[in-house]
Amino acid sequence: MKALLGAVLGFAAATALTAGIAPDERRSGYDFAGREVRAMQDDDTTNPGMLWVLQGETLWAKQVGAAERSCADCHGDARESMQGVAARYPAFDAALARPLDLEQRINHCRSEHQRAEPLAWESDDLLALTALVARQSRGLPITVSTGPELRSFLDLGKELFERREGQLNLSCSQCHDDNWGKRLAGSVIPQGHPTGYPVYRLEWQSLGSLQRRLRNCMTGVRAEPFNYGAPPAVALEIYLMERARGMPMDAPAVRP
Amino acid sequence: MARVLINFPQRAMRGEIIEIKTLIQHPMETGYRLDNKGAAIPRDIINRFTCAYNGDEVFRAELFPAISANPFVAFSTVATESGELVFSWTDDRGQIQTETRQIIVE
Repeated sequence: MKALLGAVLGFAAATALTAGIAPDERRSGYDFAGREVRAMQDDDTTNPGMLWVLQGETLWAKQVGAAERSCADCHGDARESMQGVAARYPAFDAALARPLDLEQRINHCRSEHQRAEPLAWESDDLLALTALVARQSRGLPITVSTGPELRSFLDLGKELFERREGQLNLSCSQCHDDNWGKRLAGSVIPQGHPTGYPVYRLEWQSLGSLQRRLRNCMTGVRAEPFNYGAPPAVALEIYLMERARGMPMDAPAVRP
Repeated sequence: MARVLINFPQRAMRGEIIEIKTLIQHPMETGYRLDNKGAAIPRDIINRFTCAYNGDEVFRAELFPAISANPFVAFSTVATESGELVFSWTDDRGQIQTETRQIIVE
């Protein structure tokens, strides 16, 4: 009986150890990608994500909305003013009393300051502006804020990450904490660090947001995906960023 | 207008072989897919790409439905003299995108 109890306790300890990834074992999706995909990302002239960055530069300077203001009119040169911004998002908005992710911040800015229609999720224009902003954080460490105002959202995100769901009854952590590096069919399971969003995904043949990726994973376990920008989805984004704290950004990344 | 990335050395030695890399934004719709109502999405791909160097065609490619969206085409040519490179992509809708870049040969 004692031996059995010991074995059970030992097993429990082992599971506790595998929950979560040690900081020095964390690896970006880049490291799991093949040689050709990495080469595509490394060279700005072969990285298709740069087409959206180019588009973003045009949109940045374009005056829109009833206020007839461009992003540049307030923020100046994105290459300077947007440095490190994407590495800090999602961030808490005091007026709304909830965190906004980068896409929501851009749309919030549009409706508040430019008095323009918000851009649709996954539209080329929103992806382009996000890509432009995220590009300015390349190489910078993820430093999402975890102040007391974000505590409850972070906890919710962690809970969602560890909660089993869908017909396959799988949690995010069962794949991305416990089984990373192994294969799911032909694909290597990455650790799920959001370092490169928006990413150009070869499977999508397009750039896509982290929200799209999360919905994709949820559909994969046969769960009902979050709506784009739903508060729990943003909470999950915060947890993922916190989990990847200190890892360098590589947006716009290329992934298989 | 689609966005285009073109990259090659701005200056080259006479007789040098230079690599030219091009990337253009295009959906490359294969014509084999259905929309969410079951109707066929008509084919819309770039079917032809050419590059002319001071008026002489130095590269031409025919593209087919198996080629990915946002096609990347790289090729090389010999830097003969200073002048312009004209790149041209034609798609199934008949839209032609033309880009001109200068090169200096010493």
